[in-house]
Amino acid sequence: MNGSQLPPLLPPSASTVSGELDLLFAYITAISVFFAVGIAVALAVLAVLYRRKPGDGPPPQIHGSTALELVWTVIPLLIVMSFFVWGTDLFFRMRTPPIEPLEIFVVGKQWMWKIQHQEGPREINELHIPVGQPIKLTMTSEDVIHSFSVPAFRVKQDVLPGRYTTMWFEATKTGTFHLFCTEYCGTEHAGMGGSIIVMEPNEYQVWLGGGGAGESLTDAGERLFGQLGCATCHGDQAGARGPSLTGVYNSEVSLAGGGSVTADESYLRESILEPATNIVAGYDAIMPTYRGQISEEGVLQLVAYIRSLGDPAAAGATGAAAAGEAGQ
Amino acid sequence: MSEQAAPRRRNRGRYEGDVPREHYLNVAYGLKSWLLTVDHKRIAILYLLSITGFFAIGGLFAAIIRMELMTPTGDLMSSEVYNRVFTLHGVVMVFFFLIPSIPAVFGNFFLPMMIGAKDLAFPRINLASWYIYTIGGIFTLAAIIAGGVDTGWTFYTPYSSTYSNSAVALTAIGVFINGFSSIFTGLNFIVSIHKMRAPGLTWMRLPLFVWAHYAASIIMILGTPVVAIAIFLIAVERLLGVGIFDPALGGDPILYQHLFWFYSHPAVYIMILPSMGVMSEVIACFSRKRIFGYAFIAASSLAIAVVGFLVWGHHMFVSGQSAYVSMVFSVLSMLVAVPSAVKVFNWLATLWRGSISFETPMLYAFGFLGLFTVGGLTGLYLGTLATDVHLHDSYFIVAHFHYIMVGGAVMGYLAAVHFWWPKMTGRMYSEFWGRLSAGLLFIGFNLTFFPQFLLGYMGMPRRYHFYPDEWQVLNVLSTAGASILGIAYLIPIIYLVYSLRYGPIAGPNPWHATGLEWTTASPPPQHNFETTPTVTEEPYDYSKAIENVAITPGAGPESPPSPAAPRS
Repeated sequence: MNGSQLPPLLPPSASTVSGELDLLFAYITAISVFFAVGIAVALAVLAVLYRRKPGDGPPPQIHGSTALELVWTVIPLLIVMSFFVWGTDLFFRMRTPPIEPLEIFVVGKQWMWKIQHQEGPREINELHIPVGQPIKLTMTSEDVIHSFSVPAFRVKQDVLPGRYTTMWFEATKTGTFHLFCTEYCGTEHAGMGGSIIVMEPNEYQVWLGGGGAGESLTDAGERLFGQLGCATCHGDQAGARGPSLTGVYNSEVSLAGGGSVTADESYLRESILEPATNIVAGYDAIMPTYRGQISEEGVLQLVAYIRSLGDPAAAGATGAAAAGEAGQ
Repeated sequence: MSEQAAPRRRNRGRYEGDVPREHYLNVAYGLKSWLLTVDHKRIAILYLLSITGFFAIGGLFAAIIRMELMTPTGDLMSSEVYNRVFTLHGVVMVFFFLIPSIPAVFGNFFLPMMIGAKDLAFPRINLASWYIYTIGGIFTLAAIIAGGVDTGWTFYTPYSSTYSNSAVALTAIGVFINGFSSIFTGLNFIVSIHKMRAPGLTWMRLPLFVWAHYAASIIMILGTPVVAIAIFLIAVERLLGVGIFDPALGGDPILYQHLFWFYSHPAVYIMILPSMGVMSEVIACFSRKRIFGYAFIAASSLAIAVVGFLVWGHHMFVSGQSAYVSMVFSVLSMLVAVPSAVKVFNWLATLWRGSISFETPMLYAFGFLGLFTVGGLTGLYLGTLATDVHLHDSYFIVAHFHYIMVGGAVMGYLAAVHFWWPKMTGRMYSEFWGRLSAGLLFIGFNLTFFPQFLLGYMGMPRRYHFYPDEWQVLNVLSTAGASILGIAYLIPIIYLVYSLRYGPIAGPNPWHATGLEWTTASPPPQHNFETTPTVTEEPYDYSKAIENVAITPGAGPESPPSPAAPRS
């Protein structure tokens, strides 16, 4: 309870986009207030000025005015187009992460957020991040649709089962901020929230190390890769039953049915869980599905491991050769 | 008591001559005469009673929601119950009150009369539509008894199709069935407007109420099948395990959202267009003016109906759909705002140099203008991509669509009730209580929903059973407003029912309005007109209206008999 003190009417503004979003909101509000008040005042003035008085005859019957119609069609149109242009420009900037963000992985499930940091620490319903650094979240759901919402950052993204969605933000203030699930997800929907804890970068490093985390995401993926025996088929030797995974991440993969696909996180995830959907050209559809055998977190670990095997730009000759081989 | 009763008797005496000996209400008696009627007016009354019942149920759920949200802790009921309460509030209000409301009651009753017809084109289909509505309603009520449904009125998959442990299939079937009543109504209206207009009633002489219903009917016919399919597919996936929407079964949950909003966004225009039609009738009548920019208002209704089909993706800006797709939906959403603005400006211009009086229907119309303007303007925040990201699924959305659906559609519905009540029943209601409840409604509504805009911007998500402490003050304000709103809904029920027996006789045209429905007796005879009317003028020609009349019956010197009143 806040007692006698009234709570603030604006949420904290704590990300690189929140200031501009508030400004855009204020711009739309200024124009809306102008029109709403203008219409209310016009209504009141007209109602008083032209109220029926004793002795009034029938008022003049006015059919309309095309000029006026044009004016009040074109002016609102121009105004809403200005909303559209600014809103779209900001939206695209809000969606396009800067290069080399800090990547964190999120799995939503009824009714909690499970978060994995690259370096290993995991947390539930809390996300610790450093201030002043772009953060990119790669997210998926184990069951229904959720939505990852941080009002203080003015960002929100639905989290879907069966695919990855991403979002990014950069905090400008340290502190603790609300995290909500904003897509209705069942009984405890209102409880599926927590906190974003923004720390100074050095404190964040201490936190990362102090969690007793041990194994990094990539290491966990490598361990799982070994446990599941993936290397039996996906070895780097020629004539293996499955395509080599070295340098496959972010490469263009030719498909058996024709066409090609970029081997991004979503494609790698699909190839683990629905291997028969998009077969790499030159290979048989012999891989069994791992659906039900690996959790979404396990899949994220595997994907992180496969990513660590290098991408074609960085991988050099071996990776390029492997990618070329897979493409035949 | 006797002093108060005296003028009432006097009034009754004065208007006695205008009561037709036989009208649609007394032409036959007994339950069978109602349940088997094919008279569009009686079917309208059946709808009026049913939707009032559903409105009461939906309103009760709303009251429970507001009571729970008075405190941040969720202490009144469990989350299971709360989720069922807000779902049923939405399902009942949207599918069983708002969508049928004005079309099924006032469209049914007055559209044939406004075009000078004896009935709609397909009277039996019209009756069937009420039965279908009732059967759909029974399924939904059965779902409530069977433990309720907790998916939200949007039935998002895969929660609704796989995960929810509630009576989803029963409710879905109820909504599916109900859709056909809407299709039947739309079909009937379109055919009637095309084929049954009275001699001389050209398209550009149609009342704007008719134009609005024409536009809404297009949406009913083209949109409703799509939502019916979407909801049917949920039942198929749920009951038979066919993978359509659940990715675990190989489906796509976003596909459902496209199908659902393809209808459910235009459905907003099914709710608001008829209400806009009512505005044109009421504002012209009580300012004694021809409507300003007739052709532009008519065309804007059609523009809304057409462009309204192309904006559904603005409900999905954060769903994971492509940013470029979102961009297209954003610009189209901006376009659809313009015809609504054009209408508001034309209504204001109609008041200019008019002779304005402030009877109850006009007060509701003023309320509509104010609230619909706020609802429309706040929609712009949501069509704008960047601001929508922050506001999506927050209380800002809740406030916005209540300003449209209650501030717009319900205000229009109540304006229609008060405008046409004398025609439907032959009686006047208490003007004092009418004005009082219109004022209370306006105040209560704003107090309920304005704080929700603020809550939404602060980030309070919708469909939350409990919330952080710092938002309690605004929630308490909202609940206080809701209790005023509740009272404002109850008062009309009392004085309207009272008027049925004790209200002054209305006469054929108590407001001295133009329009064919006012040229016949109140209540109208079974076949509406003694002889088929011929139309020679444009609508809303108030130039010949009676000079300086005090149009509240009982207050004026003498009710002049309408020239076209039936001679009986």
